[in-house]
Amino acid sequence: MNFLLGAFKPACNISITFTDGKNRKQVPIKKDNGQILMNPLFQSQETIAGKIHIDSYQGKKVEHNGVKVELLGQIEMYFDRGNFYDFTSLVRELDVPGEIYERKTYPFEFSSVEMPYETYNGVNVRLRYVLKVTVTRGYAGSIVEYQDFVVRNYVPPPPINNSIKMEVGIEDCLHIEFEYNKSKYHLKDVILGKIYFLLVRIKIKNMDLEIRRRESTGAGANTHVETETLAKFELMDGAPVRGESIPVRVFLTPYDLTPTHTNINNKFSVKYYLNLVLVDEEDRRYFKQQEITLYRLKEETS
Amino acid sequence: MLSSIRLRCSASYGLRSYHLTNMRAFDELRKLEIFFMEETRRGCSVIELYELVQHAGNILPRLYLLCTAGSVYIKTKEAPAKEILKDLVEMCRGIQHPLRGLFLRSYLAQISRDKLPDIGSEYEGDADTVTDAVEFVLLNFTEMNKLWVRMQHQGPARDKERREKERGELRDLVGKNLHVLSQLEGVDLDMYRDTVLPRVLEQIVNCRDEIAQYYLIDCIIQVFPDEYHLQTLDVLLGACPQLQPSVDIMTVLSRLMERLSNYAALNAEVLPYFLQVEAFSKLNNAIGKVIEAQEDMPILSAVTLYSSLLKFTLHVHPDRLDYADQVLGSCVKQLSGKGKINDTRATREIVSLLSAPLEKYNDVVIALKLTNYPLVVEYLDNETKRIMATVIIRSIMKNNTLITTAEKVEALLELIKGLINDLDEPQGLEVDEDDFEEEQNSVARLVHMLYNDDTEEMFKIISILKKHFLTGGPKRLKFTIPPLVVSTLKLIRRLPVEGDNPFGKEASVTATKIFQFLNQIIEALPNVPSPDLAFRLYLQCAEAANKCDEEPIAYEFFTQAYILYEEEISDSKAQVTALQLIIGTLQRMHVFGVENRDTLTHKATGYSAKLLKKPDQCRAVYACSHLFWLEDHETIQDGDRVLLCLKRALKIANSAQQMGSNGQGSAGSVTLFIEILNKYLYFYEKGIPQITVESVESLIQLIKNEESMPSDPYAESLFASTLQFMEFQKQKGGAIGDRYEEIKV
Repeated sequence: MNFLLGAFKPACNISITFTDGKNRKQVPIKKDNGQILMNPLFQSQETIAGKIHIDSYQGKKVEHNGVKVELLGQIEMYFDRGNFYDFTSLVRELDVPGEIYERKTYPFEFSSVEMPYETYNGVNVRLRYVLKVTVTRGYAGSIVEYQDFVVRNYVPPPPINNSIKMEVGIEDCLHIEFEYNKSKYHLKDVILGKIYFLLVRIKIKNMDLEIRRRESTGAGANTHVETETLAKFELMDGAPVRGESIPVRVFLTPYDLTPTHTNINNKFSVKYYLNLVLVDEEDRRYFKQQEITLYRLKEETS
Repeated sequence: MLSSIRLRCSASYGLRSYHLTNMRAFDELRKLEIFFMEETRRGCSVIELYELVQHAGNILPRLYLLCTAGSVYIKTKEAPAKEILKDLVEMCRGIQHPLRGLFLRSYLAQISRDKLPDIGSEYEGDADTVTDAVEFVLLNFTEMNKLWVRMQHQGPARDKERREKERGELRDLVGKNLHVLSQLEGVDLDMYRDTVLPRVLEQIVNCRDEIAQYYLIDCIIQVFPDEYHLQTLDVLLGACPQLQPSVDIMTVLSRLMERLSNYAALNAEVLPYFLQVEAFSKLNNAIGKVIEAQEDMPILSAVTLYSSLLKFTLHVHPDRLDYADQVLGSCVKQLSGKGKINDTRATREIVSLLSAPLEKYNDVVIALKLTNYPLVVEYLDNETKRIMATVIIRSIMKNNTLITTAEKVEALLELIKGLINDLDEPQGLEVDEDDFEEEQNSVARLVHMLYNDDTEEMFKIISILKKHFLTGGPKRLKFTIPPLVVSTLKLIRRLPVEGDNPFGKEASVTATKIFQFLNQIIEALPNVPSPDLAFRLYLQCAEAANKCDEEPIAYEFFTQAYILYEEEISDSKAQVTALQLIIGTLQRMHVFGVENRDTLTHKATGYSAKLLKKPDQCRAVYACSHLFWLEDHETIQDGDRVLLCLKRALKIANSAQQMGSNGQGSAGSVTLFIEILNKYLYFYEKGIPQITVESVESLIQLIKNEESMPSDPYAESLFASTLQFMEFQKQKGGAIGDRYEEIKV
């Protein structure tokens, strides 16, 4: 009977707690099923330590061939779902084969873990970090518990941060010059700029600034590119006349942005673009796209 | 709450009745502002709030929210007002749609109005605080104006008219900024001159839009104090020629001048400033330039401008006639080459232009000094010239202005030529008879205002008048000659009696000369059908000559009168009156020698007898009796002839009675008898020996007999009062009383 019961229920309950779990910042992560869970936040070179508790049910004896905890950095492609590519894998053996009769607590520590990539949840790709506790059993199947955590890496402000300045136009129709104050923005930054209308021969209805994310996955012939518009911010209403200059001020805070990721483990890239769109009265769109680099700046208050 | 308002905002802007919706939105935003205010009081950071509202993706609601949040931000004083305002005004550039932009910026103007970092305001900033405030308003103004001007190009061309109308309705939104500027405590003269005015003018000139330019220039003039205008006149005026040719610059400048002149009128102490800044010459130059710049400017505008300028200079520099003359000169220059003016409004404007100096000085003499005045008059059509002349005369009359020199008279007559001469009137244009009379009467009245104590000068004046009047056409003589004659006669009376000249100087103006002159004038009259008038005037002259002891002249006048009587006066009633006049005048003549007098009296009696109706004859004859008895003149006391006249009168009365009894009663003749009785009594009283008591008594008896017949009450009462008079004289006693005592009734 007990045996049967054990077949339907895991023989023991595994829970993972972090050492500073109560104080550590939690960030929301969207799960596959749409559920939003709060997960602790780490960054590269941090020591990830905690305790793993294993409770056997009803004091039942659990035989095992060893207990281990792994720290995994995984990339999952959605077209190849279920198949994880681990770019980081660290293992700590917690126990030699034996039996567990009662609640058992194992402390663990991964010190100064190199976690070069950030957690990312994209359209076609996902990068996640997870702690995986495995109670290995021979025939009955191993008992596995996962604990996700989030990694964000902060970088210092780039030493060179030029403004973006460009003159574009359609001959004898529209000439504009636009200027964004930087080419690299941190995630809480404000895009400041100006758009000068040098020649206006079309009847413009309005002008928007879009923030677009371009996520490319795979490599070579299998490259798959997905572009999303994350923000659409109206800059101007009505038709300007020549000589007019329109201010740009876009706060990035309200948008769900990530840093720019370039060629993460040869698997994927995430790039951001500012797309300036002019719409004329016949709803024709004129646009110019400019790449910007996003980076995560250490927040002072956190 | 935020989002609900955001929704409402964005929803409402699509509606057509934009104005109304906006009002509602403004209301909502006010509530929002209060809400924001409470939020900040509850500890919400206003800076965060300011950022938060900018997250809105749609620009219009975003900017409205931003303005609202900005207003709260300023109120909390967590940042200098100038920074926030600068940011707001800059961000508002995002709305380039004219209508929406205008309203947004007007909302900005509204919320910022009480938050400008003006001097004395609680939001006052550092040293240049006013500059910041001014800068903000100017910027907002400039942008609004641009949007406003741009409105005309929105949409299809066929709707242009409607759009222009709509634009007109929105102008206050733009003008409000100027008003705000004028209300700023810190905008003093220097600030105005160095910053505000140049910037505003630059915007106005550059926008090249008729409606905007007209409205805004006018705004400047109305909104800022007069003192500022005075000090910046050249700047303001300098902008005028640069405006679009279609701008109604005339109205604008007129208003400016009107304001300035009112200012001068109300504050006498500022007059020196006007001189200091040479307001007049600046205005004059500016007008010249404007007219030059706007080639096809209608004559009306030009004239109106000059008219305003003239009014201005009259108010401000009443002592500088040369200015006024200069204005008129420029006006003449402008009018020359345009021929007579046909535009009625322009004509009216010229009349007002010309009337201005008259009204101001209340003295036409001053107007006469303006050499260009008559030149302007030249450009009027005949009709208006007449009106103008009437105006001038009326002014003279009203102010009792005496015009004392021949020269001025000459000038004046030149001015009112329209009334004095027949102008080359286009055919078929009949002047209303009444109007004509009215006009000529006024001319007649005018004659009396031309006066000089010095007889020589006066004579000159009269000569000039004569010259003009005689060429004035027959229709006018009737009206113009009598006053002239009267005026001349007055002159004669004032002439020094000959030999009474203390300096022994030979007077150049002698009575003889004047009488000759008179003769000439009056001679003109019979040519026109008014012999009556001439006749009277001759008699008048004769009497005057009598006073001057000029027998031959008097005789000549009388002869003329007689001739007229004989040749021209045919109506019996007129004859009666004329004869009475002759008798009356002749009776007073003492200058004639026996022979002349005899001739004249004889003639007069002769005329009397020849009257048509018996009663008239009778009356004339008994009147003639007076010709033979002048109390003060021993030589003319011929009792026989008196008696003869009276007797003849009785005879005529008798025959009248007989004719009457055949006809319709004799009531009239009784009256005649009583009248003759009165004459008898008169001469009796004078003691003429030929009039005896008996003759009087018998006459009374005769009347009493006649009385028994049915008679009219008039005769009865006349008789009764005659008897009463006799009684009264009796009771008075004395010599006369004694004489009456003898009459027994």
